[in-house]
Amino acid sequence: MSEFEPTHPPLLSARGLAFARNEQPVFGPLDFSVDAGEALLVQGDNGAGKTTLLRVLAGLLHADAGEVSIDGRAATASLRSRAVSYMGHLPALKSDLTALENLDFLCGLHGRRRGQLPGNAMAIVGLAGYEDTLVRQLSAGQKRRLSLARLWLAPSPLWLLDEPYANLDLDGINLVNRMVQAHLRDGGAALLTTHGAYAAPPVRTRMLVLGRAVANA
Amino acid sequence: MIWSAAKALMIRDLSLLWRRRGDALQPALFALLVVVLFALALGGEAQALAKVAAAVLWLAVLLAGLLALDTLFRGDADDGSLEQWLLAPVPLSWLVLVRTFMHWATTALPLLVATPFLAELLHLPHEQLPVLLASLALGTPLLSLLGAVVAALTVGMRRSGILIALLALPLYVPILVFGAGSVAAAGQGLDPVGALLLLGAGLVLALVLAPLAAAAAIRIALD
Repeated sequence: MSEFEPTHPPLLSARGLAFARNEQPVFGPLDFSVDAGEALLVQGDNGAGKTTLLRVLAGLLHADAGEVSIDGRAATASLRSRAVSYMGHLPALKSDLTALENLDFLCGLHGRRRGQLPGNAMAIVGLAGYEDTLVRQLSAGQKRRLSLARLWLAPSPLWLLDEPYANLDLDGINLVNRMVQAHLRDGGAALLTTHGAYAAPPVRTRMLVLGRAVANA
Repeated sequence: MIWSAAKALMIRDLSLLWRRRGDALQPALFALLVVVLFALALGGEAQALAKVAAAVLWLAVLLAGLLALDTLFRGDADDGSLEQWLLAPVPLSWLVLVRTFMHWATTALPLLVATPFLAELLHLPHEQLPVLLASLALGTPLLSLLGAVVAALTVGMRRSGILIALLALPLYVPILVFGAGSVAAAGQGLDPVGALLLLGAGLVLALVLAPLAAAAAIRIALD
């Protein structure tokens, strides 16, 4: 087998993926794939269907047509739950719990990457010292950082990040890029949606531009 | 994996309960108020109270549970936690079951513990107390499980309080009939075991089916 041929099927691939809401096409049909060690930047204007695409890939919505496969196998709920981490607009944090309690719960729910501890993850995302602060008292950017810490702890190879740069300062944007870079170096892959105003992470990147109702891959 | 997720969810719910202990007491206080006001309104006449004691206690517990039903999944739906539950590697129905159990343990269980005292207040004949406790112990988890299905069905809607009550009440009626009926039968010297067995059978059935139905309803609500 030559080294130019991919020895693995792509980590995530979609074929003919389309989604419609009330008979109005939101996106698709789309064809794309992401290999391990790659990032896919999903770009598009507001309302172009970026979030919907990510929710379909995560399995929160059902596609109307097309298929998604993970590691060459058709994506089932159990396969998705082990392979995919989704960070959406809603933070999934309980405002009456402390930052660390939230991380502990989410780790209990999703499992934890070997050798990673919630305390370390908080330090990585720049929240050291906020372990016992109630999430209610954190700023929007700090909550986003806490969600990033949760992502960092999750054992799944595929990250689906919906507007990961939202609410973050320059340092936070760099943080997202560094985390994505490190994750890809470990053999993971990431899908990021953005409306295009931010610097992409310095990694092997594919682009997927969503237009309103009409998409071109 | 299943157990660590359940443990994490239980710890989370208990910490949340402790942080909002004022709100958590609300259903129990409501039931207490109903019972005390009923006793006052009937004028403390032991004979009249004893006749209705079991029915009043059952109603108080049922209504208190109904009051707390909307909070079962509402908070988790609003902050996106339910999305993460859906994506977790443990079955959603299992998480629903654990969440419902915690809900029962924090709203109905305290009332169950207080029942002997409230029964005393209402002059319930002592020999009926074990039957009342047994019927509540079997009936309240059943109420919570059926309530979970209704709460899951309405989780996608805003301001669904009245809808929950409308949907849940017809499901609650048979439980109330058998629950209060078992105590009434015991009061007339009849055998209450039949009604209790039916409650038990309902509980077993609901333990298996209700989490599955609620999980399906949540999936639909979030779709």
